[in-house]
Amino acid sequence: MQDYQSQQPTVLDILAAHRTMPGNLLPILHGIQDTLGYIPSDAVADIATSLNLSRAEVHGVISFYHYFRTTPPGKHTIRICRAESCQSMNGKALENHAKQRLGIDFHETTADEHFSLEPVYCLGNCACSPSITIDDEVHGRVSPEKFDQLIAACKGAN
Amino acid sequence: MTRVFISRDSTALSLGAEQVAQALQQQAGDNITLVRNGSRGLYWLEPLVEVETAQGRVAYGPVNPEDVASLLDAGLLAGKQHPLYLGNIEELPYFKNQNRLTFARVGITDPVSLDDYLAHDGYRGLKNALNLQAADIVKHVTDSGLRGRGGAAFPTGIKWNTVLNAPAEQKYIVCNADEGDSGTFSDRMIMEGDPFVLIEGMTIAGLAVGASQGYIYLRIEYPHAKIALNQAIEAAYKNGYLGENIQGSGKTFHLEVRSGAGAYVCGEETALLESLEGKRGMVRFKPPLPAIVGLFGQPTIVNNVISLASIPVILDKGGEYYKNYGMGRSRGTLPLQIAGNVKQPGLFEAAFGVTLREILYDYGGGSASGRPIRAVQVGGPLGAYMTESQFDTPLDYEAFAAIGAVLGHGGIVVHDDTTNLADMARYAMEFCVEESCGKCTPCRIGSTRGVEVIDRIIDNVDKTNNTELLRDLCDTMLCGSLCAMGGMTPYPVLSALNHFPEDFGLPSSKA
Repeated sequence: MQDYQSQQPTVLDILAAHRTMPGNLLPILHGIQDTLGYIPSDAVADIATSLNLSRAEVHGVISFYHYFRTTPPGKHTIRICRAESCQSMNGKALENHAKQRLGIDFHETTADEHFSLEPVYCLGNCACSPSITIDDEVHGRVSPEKFDQLIAACKGAN
Repeated sequence: MTRVFISRDSTALSLGAEQVAQALQQQAGDNITLVRNGSRGLYWLEPLVEVETAQGRVAYGPVNPEDVASLLDAGLLAGKQHPLYLGNIEELPYFKNQNRLTFARVGITDPVSLDDYLAHDGYRGLKNALNLQAADIVKHVTDSGLRGRGGAAFPTGIKWNTVLNAPAEQKYIVCNADEGDSGTFSDRMIMEGDPFVLIEGMTIAGLAVGASQGYIYLRIEYPHAKIALNQAIEAAYKNGYLGENIQGSGKTFHLEVRSGAGAYVCGEETALLESLEGKRGMVRFKPPLPAIVGLFGQPTIVNNVISLASIPVILDKGGEYYKNYGMGRSRGTLPLQIAGNVKQPGLFEAAFGVTLREILYDYGGGSASGRPIRAVQVGGPLGAYMTESQFDTPLDYEAFAAIGAVLGHGGIVVHDDTTNLADMARYAMEFCVEESCGKCTPCRIGSTRGVEVIDRIIDNVDKTNNTELLRDLCDTMLCGSLCAMGGMTPYPVLSALNHFPEDFGLPSSKA
């Protein structure tokens, strides 16, 4: 894990940029995660000080939302939809295949730090279930074979 | 230069539209102007390539990048025959038989081109609104009979009137774009395919109630919608459609997109407001209503994307025009989303009154797997599972309520006969465990107990008593929860239990 000292200037810049924005905590957390890939636990104190909140309040917000993470993600984050539409098109089989193929469960990262696996509840791609995203790209009608191709393409590009 | 259209909609992209666009641009080069439109919503035909010809827009689909060479050889740019030729897209029954009021421009225009929007009747509603008194704008909305398209179906005009009459220095317009229901994507399609119509609707709402600031609370799962919205907002600011002194009227309206962070419960309006304020998305007690005490304690309109996107046509053509569509107390149109195990999935905007059977078979074409359709879940994860015998129910809020079902946001998820409904009931409880905000006990604890009880029923442990216990638990959640999260989770559970008892190992009701 990176040393917070090297990350702190980024966090402080993001805090400064949002100082006057009403309801700024979520935009700040997004800003930090977009830049650093996650929200370092050491950043909580800085955020709390800047927003005049307790550390507990900031931690409470971070932990409430599924999207925010407090550990570094792998190079690519794969999100597999678990919702009903994808289930109706064998999403469960895809989910099991993905876990087996990557050798990890949800909320885990592969040992080579290539992939993190997260569940997601609906990507709005229900007309082409089952769906996954790899980073910001949505993929529809993902069979286990197509999943393997996408993974291979990701690895090839690295 | 021939104009060619390939969608930038995320479902089209998920099927390779970007690669098709690149291949076409590379191979046709300077002979074409490539427009990245929204999607028509005929998703089984995506990636769709449309070519502008003298005979209208001729479509080809579904197109793979490797098809591009043969398409060009066959005379794609002149709209000539090819195995993927579909003819004039607007003559296909699936498209032709819709009533596209809210989705009038989606799939047709360049979503982020203000010129294109204006050329296709855009901002006519705002123009009319700028010449009306606030109360008269609200009257049009009330007259239209529009009810909240997010799912709760509350009359939009009444909500607006409450905010109009609430005295305050600062009021807000909040768009609920946290479209989290499985099987729904109409909000996404509007935001990606015609973002200006939402911006216009929100601006009109601002004029109607005297609100100068709007927020679009957009779920993080929709990155392409965010890009399109921000591009459109920027263009609107530049051209005097947002900001101060809108079109020289002296009226002000500011608009900003805020991202959610993967919490389903933030689709509940008070949880959404908490989240916008930078807090945990915990549901608030009501009253006070958000219309009185909303965002930052101020009077606030919270409306769904489709509700707000329906406002421009209402203000353009009048409340009466909109009201002429529909049946009973369900007026206007509902953009239905046909999803899951279905052959021809997509968006179908229809006047209320069409039956589920027509949608499933005439337009949906039956299941994708070719197996019989066994159950259909309408209205998202909190909607009831409906069985074959209920497929003749007209799509109407009251008709659905009468049989214990919900129309909600108009999402229809189709399941074939391989789906086990006891598993789906268990999943409904599991989803509630995952997404409950935790404020009220029936939802927070009840959902966990629900998973356990269903497991015991499935595992054949004391079946009779556990089934009774499940019904009792559902009753508690239904009556005792603070919001629809816990209050409606029993809908899928009980409907599965009542219509498909055999999946729980219970005697069939049909015997």
